[in-house]
Amino acid sequence: MKSHVLSQLRSLEAEAIHIMREVVAEMQRPVLMFSGGKDSIVMLHLAAKAFAPARIPFPILHVDTGLNFQTVLDCRDRWASRLGVQLVVASVPEAIDRGLVQEEPNGSRNRIQTPVLLEALEKHGFDAAFGGGRRDEEKARAKERVFSFRDDFGQWDPKNQRPEIWNLYNGRVHMGESIRVFPLSNWTELDIWSYIEAEDIDLPDLYLAREREVVNRGGMLYEVNEFTPLKEGETAEVRLTRYRTVGDANLTACVESEATTMRQVVEEVAAVRLTERGATRGDDKVSEAAMEDRKKEGYF
Amino acid sequence: MTTATEGTGSAVAQEPGVYEAGSTDLLRFATAGSVDDGKSTLIGRLLFDSKTIFEDQLESVEQVSKDRGNDYTDLALLTDGLRSEREQGITIDVAYRYFATPKRKFIIADTPGHIQYTRNMVTGASTADVALILVDARKGVLEQSRRHTFLATLLGVPHVVVCVNKMDLVDYSEEVFENIRHEFTEFAARLRVPDMTFIPVSALKGDNVVDRSENMPWYEGTTLLSHLERLHVASDRNLVDVRFPVQYVIRPQQNDARDYRGYAGTVASGVMKPGDRVLTLPSGLESTIESIDTADGPVDEAYPPMSVTVRLTDEIDISRGDMICRPNNAPTVTQDIDAQICWMDESASLTQGKKYAIKHTTRWARAMVKGINYRVDVNTLHRDEEVTEIKLNEIARVKLRVTQPLFVDQYQTNRQTGSFILVDESTNRTVAAGMIGAVAHGY
Repeated sequence: MKSHVLSQLRSLEAEAIHIMREVVAEMQRPVLMFSGGKDSIVMLHLAAKAFAPARIPFPILHVDTGLNFQTVLDCRDRWASRLGVQLVVASVPEAIDRGLVQEEPNGSRNRIQTPVLLEALEKHGFDAAFGGGRRDEEKARAKERVFSFRDDFGQWDPKNQRPEIWNLYNGRVHMGESIRVFPLSNWTELDIWSYIEAEDIDLPDLYLAREREVVNRGGMLYEVNEFTPLKEGETAEVRLTRYRTVGDANLTACVESEATTMRQVVEEVAAVRLTERGATRGDDKVSEAAMEDRKKEGYF
Repeated sequence: MTTATEGTGSAVAQEPGVYEAGSTDLLRFATAGSVDDGKSTLIGRLLFDSKTIFEDQLESVEQVSKDRGNDYTDLALLTDGLRSEREQGITIDVAYRYFATPKRKFIIADTPGHIQYTRNMVTGASTADVALILVDARKGVLEQSRRHTFLATLLGVPHVVVCVNKMDLVDYSEEVFENIRHEFTEFAARLRVPDMTFIPVSALKGDNVVDRSENMPWYEGTTLLSHLERLHVASDRNLVDVRFPVQYVIRPQQNDARDYRGYAGTVASGVMKPGDRVLTLPSGLESTIESIDTADGPVDEAYPPMSVTVRLTDEIDISRGDMICRPNNAPTVTQDIDAQICWMDESASLTQGKKYAIKHTTRWARAMVKGINYRVDVNTLHRDEEVTEIKLNEIARVKLRVTQPLFVDQYQTNRQTGSFILVDESTNRTVAAGMIGAVAHGY
């Protein structure tokens, strides 16, 4: 007699598929927010599974900060063409040129991509946007709903979220309002990597270790490239590194690692002692409440 | 009702488990207790001792504790998420935490215990396999302990674990623990608690949370983590009654799969196999399962909570909101619903004659309140039959008339087909959680 117990990864997969189908069944015009990072790729993979053998019944939206690693863009295009999914690109440099947003002094486009995203959502009339956020990433996300309600300014109000009971999601919105949907809410970083390995998911090669020329800035290792050139007085060194998260190329640090295969990455993640954001994202170090503030403004 | 007895706390998480796709299962538990019970500390302790806390998180918490002049690293800070809460020093909403051991992955729904936040406990308990209830050893069984146990029972949580906390402040006294256990067992006997376990702990000092306490040699049971790792939850699920609410119809508009027509959904209960004779509702037409498809190919059987796509041998008109079941085992088809509801909205109340949108499985309809039978006092379980209005955090038994038939089971036998939500059609807010036919038992 079979045990009829679904493994935890397959349970998470089933839950994500359920959520995606629920959104497509109930919302007018969903879209998948695609950053090029591993979480959004996993989300895209799950979307393909949820509607097979049909194609994914919604487009994907990439807010291109103009600061992307080329290998991330290549990977994005590979996925879009293989799945036959429509790709919508909203450009931050273009938004800077026409004055929608202004470059920030520290060179981060993390904050200024929010208005670009909101404009794209509004322009295309998207009333539901899938995001790859996970509750284990950061304290402010631990209380995020799976269906996260946004007002007609795209803003998140932590005090005005709908209770979510059982798996009965309520996506009802008025004109102009929308929901963000997080199918990976209950996944941890280790789940994501274990799943990537189990499903043999195509990722940008940044995630695997190889020798990179890096510079050490305040304990963070940045690859020396067009986005992060050496500053005066700095010296580069060659280290075996990989990326744990992929954000803007000018702000995302890599970590020392010997993991050259997905199996090794899973083992390394299982043993690692720093949160992925704490280790590699300069933009999250600003303040403990940084994420809460950005979410209120309409960040992913 | 026993203390946890089998084995000793050997199952301490050495390192977070590296797991394969098929090797561990998932356990969801909800915690309840007030700030003073040390609930956040207990969760912080579980995360910390199971080595789930990362160095940078711990450093940040240690720093804040020092800044505040605390004697101990305040592990509660690990779980107090939003800035507004940290400022007020209280937890105001359900927060979800994750940790894994080589045996299991755990999802914690951390819910506040204050009276005004009953809705949060209902939310957290709705999907929980286990309810973890904290009792302060110095204070014993309080009104809120009864309330939490009642709510866990109402929401059909199959296992209750009572952690008698702060044992360090009562000299690790066996007598104190036994008295609390006795009192708790006595009132819980009047509720339907299928499985109940008591564990004496000190979340602050770490006794019996992950590591076995050396201060309580009289306690022969397992540690909390070990108990959670071993708890048998597979048999809690309903594998008998086949219920497959159709979520979405997959009909590819593309040349390579033009003839495909599959019914996508999540198995709510029961085990489905190709070749099974099925009944579809509301049409009443029968057919046979041709194939159960996934993106990875067809499967031999589907059981909860799998998300699959079912194809039938006959062309029947089926759409979202319909139900696939067995000809000799079907849910009740009805437009009249008797249910316990928990009211969750602060800006409006429920009165007779009001109309709402109702969502039951994948089906939306409209519902009118035909009557309020009674309101239950969650502390005393007293039933007030004179009540005419149901407000935030109140539990009541109501009668609803629905505009189209729903395919329902009793909540006690099926948490999926026995539950629904009510939505206010003007604000779109989710205003109530409903449990069909659930009956509250008195003390």
